[in-house]
Amino acid sequence: MLSFEKRPQPSKFWIIFTPILAVILTLIAGAILFSTLGKPPLESLKIIFWDPLFHPNYAAYSRPQLLIKAGPLILIAIGLSFGFKAGVWNIGAEGQYIIGAVIGGGVALAFYPYESIIVFPLAVLFGAIGGFLWAMIPVVLRIYFKTNEILVSLMLVYVAESILISVSQGLLRNPEGMGFPGSRNLNQYASSANNELITGTGLHWGVIFALISVIFAYFIFQKHTLGYQVKLTGEAPKAAKFAGVNPNLIVFFCLGISGTLAGLAGIFEVTGQAGQITSSFNSGYGFTAIIVAFLGRLHPVGILLAALLMALTYIGGELAQFQLQLPAASIQLFQGMLLFFLLAADILVNYRVSRKRS
Amino acid sequence: MTKKLLELEGISKSYPGVIANSDVSFDINVGEVHALLGENGAGKSTLVKTIYGLVKPDNGRMSLNGKHYVPGSPSEARKAGIAMVFQHFSLFEALSVAENISLGMESPPNQRDLAKKIKSVSNSYGLPLEPGKTVGSLSAGERQRVEIVRCLLQEPKLLIMDEPTSVLTPQEVQILFETLRKIKSEGRSILYISHKLEEIRKLCDTATILRLGKKVETCTPSKTSSNELAEMMVGSSIQIPQQKKREIGNILLSLENIVSKSINTFGTSLSNLTLDLHAGEIFGVGGVAGNGQDELLSILSGELIAESGQIKLEDRIITADKPRTRRELCVLSAPEERLGHSAAPNMSLVENTLMTASQSQHLVSKGFIDWEKTRAFTEKIIEEFDVRTPSIENVARSLSGGNLQKFVIGREIQQEPKVFVVNQPTWGVDAAAAASIRQAILTLADNGAAILIISQDLDELLEISDRFAALNEGKLSDALPTRDLTVDQIGLMMGGKRNLELSDAKF
Amino acid sequence: MDLSTINPALLVASLMISATPILLAALGETIVEKSGVLNLGVEGMMIIGAVVGLFSSIHFSNPYLGFVFAAIFASIFSGIFGIMVLYFKSNQVATGLGLTLVGLGLSSLIGEFLGSQKTELLEPVYFPFLSDLKFIGPMFFNHDILLYFSILLTLILYIFLKFSRAGMILRAVGENHDAAHALGYNVQLVRMLAIMFGGACSGLGGAYISLVRVPQWTDGLTAGTGWIALAIVVFSNWNASKVILGAYLFGGITVLQLNLQAAGVKIPVEVLSMSPYLVTICVLVFISVNGKNSSPGSLGKTFHI
Repeated sequence: MLSFEKRPQPSKFWIIFTPILAVILTLIAGAILFSTLGKPPLESLKIIFWDPLFHPNYAAYSRPQLLIKAGPLILIAIGLSFGFKAGVWNIGAEGQYIIGAVIGGGVALAFYPYESIIVFPLAVLFGAIGGFLWAMIPVVLRIYFKTNEILVSLMLVYVAESILISVSQGLLRNPEGMGFPGSRNLNQYASSANNELITGTGLHWGVIFALISVIFAYFIFQKHTLGYQVKLTGEAPKAAKFAGVNPNLIVFFCLGISGTLAGLAGIFEVTGQAGQITSSFNSGYGFTAIIVAFLGRLHPVGILLAALLMALTYIGGELAQFQLQLPAASIQLFQGMLLFFLLAADILVNYRVSRKRS
Repeated sequence: MTKKLLELEGISKSYPGVIANSDVSFDINVGEVHALLGENGAGKSTLVKTIYGLVKPDNGRMSLNGKHYVPGSPSEARKAGIAMVFQHFSLFEALSVAENISLGMESPPNQRDLAKKIKSVSNSYGLPLEPGKTVGSLSAGERQRVEIVRCLLQEPKLLIMDEPTSVLTPQEVQILFETLRKIKSEGRSILYISHKLEEIRKLCDTATILRLGKKVETCTPSKTSSNELAEMMVGSSIQIPQQKKREIGNILLSLENIVSKSINTFGTSLSNLTLDLHAGEIFGVGGVAGNGQDELLSILSGELIAESGQIKLEDRIITADKPRTRRELCVLSAPEERLGHSAAPNMSLVENTLMTASQSQHLVSKGFIDWEKTRAFTEKIIEEFDVRTPSIENVARSLSGGNLQKFVIGREIQQEPKVFVVNQPTWGVDAAAAASIRQAILTLADNGAAILIISQDLDELLEISDRFAALNEGKLSDALPTRDLTVDQIGLMMGGKRNLELSDAKF
Repeated sequence: MDLSTINPALLVASLMISATPILLAALGETIVEKSGVLNLGVEGMMIIGAVVGLFSSIHFSNPYLGFVFAAIFASIFSGIFGIMVLYFKSNQVATGLGLTLVGLGLSSLIGEFLGSQKTELLEPVYFPFLSDLKFIGPMFFNHDILLYFSILLTLILYIFLKFSRAGMILRAVGENHDAAHALGYNVQLVRMLAIMFGGACSGLGGAYISLVRVPQWTDGLTAGTGWIALAIVVFSNWNASKVILGAYLFGGITVLQLNLQAAGVKIPVEVLSMSPYLVTICVLVFISVNGKNSSPGSLGKTFHI
């Protein structure tokens, strides 16, 4: 009879290897999925994972997309990692992402058509503030009323989406847009444009901030007492109390960072890649970032790698859609399976499979 | 002619590193109230779990009414007619009395009949219960009634009660005794686990005393003095050692009339707790678990803030100070629960050091952690206290119980606190590690610290404390110098007598 | 603004239809949470139920079979969740989210094959005499069988939880899994059964949306209904009889705001469409402040033998 036996010490090998195992299992499952859809399995995998990076014809176009797509994922996932480590579940990052875009974008549009060097930084600042304030709603409700942050932050996603629809059709609608919903194109408005800093790399300010956030998170968790307290709160809440950690401060800190980073991701996206504030610019990044956070084991460097992998699946997925008529949803399924396999494989870190005599 | 109900022969059980029961044999007669006496670690709970089918013995046999008795599970034990009231109740707070009772029964009647039965049975035994009330709204004493009535409805032949009076008020104790006498008069037997000598002498027909896994004696309590019982429990080899000459200085810490809520439902509130701790003094607080020990430690660590009363550190009032502030003032503590409370199980020893040593060792400056310093300090702890671990980066849960305890206590002592409070310093720790921990505590006192030790190990308390008091139901007895204490006085204090007079010692 | 365009009979009827999927999912999740498990995958279960239900209904030309298959598949999926959290001891929050994401992806995939195919609608149930009543008839007595089933299920589960022994064991396991184990009850089995039942209910709820309410496939059909169901479990205090009130309240607000929009009421459309979610937040806060927290004692905690 097989059973699980707890290990005395978490396995260092499996901590590194479970994400890899999860990827391998997902590739196998993906191959099976593709062949049931009637697509050649190995070729599909090649198109998704290999070609965007190395194909002689178009890799030069698809490689920069990696950073562009990974940027917001990194930002949001880094923010989530703080909360998840502490046991504070910010499921509403999508909402903070949206509000950051709306407020930051709104500020930028308020300046139109005035050109100035301060427009962009101001937009970014307000994007961060917007995300932060939206995250403060569940914080306040949790600290003062003990309301569960999972449901509140999630409800606020729907509220944020309503606000988004409203502003793209009303408040922020492009007066020269011939009646179509959507704001002016922020990417075409020079002062607010978030363009590539080095052509051909996809490196825009959002990516820079994402990399900074990785360094910031790494630093906080390695060296700063707040990072330690976050870890301790999630690991052993009683011990955290014994150590004198203030639980409200931790909630505030984690959700605050999460909201700020998600808001930044939002403003960078609407001034860059998406260009406009429309009701569909958000593309579910707030939820994909959850997968990225877990896949990266809540570790800054892990998150960086996981985000790049996830971006690869987006890009490769688009290519496969185009070339093989692979349904778009299969990539979404693929990403979900990755999370599932990771969660299942995770048990190997703390438990050992053993054969017991019955 | 007294008939034997349950016969135990040569019961032995050991776990890795610990012999819980060693060749224990005794009999319980029909209609007898049989006490099982012994301190923590004596092997009482393992033995009882064996009888109730929760544990399989390594050796020995049991007979019930002359027939071989090998219960594979509590369910089988219940079917055989053995019922048990646990010390920590198996109750569901959100459910009603009737539902709780129904869940614990093998084949319960329907709800309406059950409610009627509960009312009649509980009343007839003097433990009235309302079947519809939610268990969460009941007091500890009333909850125990639910457990007892649940057992009684099964018409048991043997009722096992584990430390039943530890959660009862004196009046409730009287009611319980009446109930037990009635049960006995119906021809049922009771196995009564306790260490409260006075109660046992009043209530029980026979007593079996266990010590360190072995049976010491089976005797008749009414014909044995408390003194003799205490000696058998504790071991007459107990030597009250020569106390080293230590200078006792001024009062460093004083608690005045502390009143506090309990930490959780099964905790005990503290009432009017008063004590003084002098520099260089080791103050021992004895008592059975569940009488306020956790609360006493939490009041001093800062995790629990007293509702009224005052705590002073020399001249400074620290009653409402948070844990961090207390650590800055060199008031340190080590709670009972190691994994999960005094140490985070999945974090490394280095990270666990940071948990409490950051203030005194200045491991954090302007928010940044000095890991070099923290590692160095951890190495010191490992070295000074002989903590066996392959590396300081190993996680806390990988250490053996004794080593972890050496680390957790060593971590505090190494910081050279002014005041040190520790709960169960050597519980579950092997003899060598225990000795080194005690020595460390003595050395700390030699250097002028004030130390409060809360422990259920009387040997240890008598060996190293200067003064002794007993904690009972959240109240602290008067403190007496250990030097002058006799073993039976200690037993009485722990059993609930607070104001001792010498005349009590004679029997 | 012309409020007279709002037909009360139609309003109430559409309210009931709107509430039914929420009710079904929330009832299922109540049972799951009562056993001590937090399954955030309700949205995923619902949408899988929706797509499988529609698919089977079209394939077999039988909407009733659609519901059956929806329940079965959603139940299997939640079983996977159950194995992961009960035996692999994975984190309940993360796994539930994973379930939702997988569900959304899988349903989207299957949905692509459905295109805009439509299914046969369910026959309305005929109540002799009652269905013919002038005003009340169309309001209450002209619905499909599943709607009446959902109301019946509420009653059944209420009785189950309050009066049956099995229901009591379920509550005990959720309340204090250690004590339940000490008394000899199989905690993992009880929880697994609860999880699979909850999955089946969510599947039915999702199928109701794709087979009755819409009734067609659109991507992201459930639009957060699963999350609403989770919130309703909390603010009904894990009480079956209050769940139906919550579901109808929410269904009511949703339908009302749509009607108000159509009637040209001067409240901005966005505010109206946000209102159900804002009301949910307010009720959640109100509950946390005032109500006693009746969440099952072991909710969300992993059980270690």
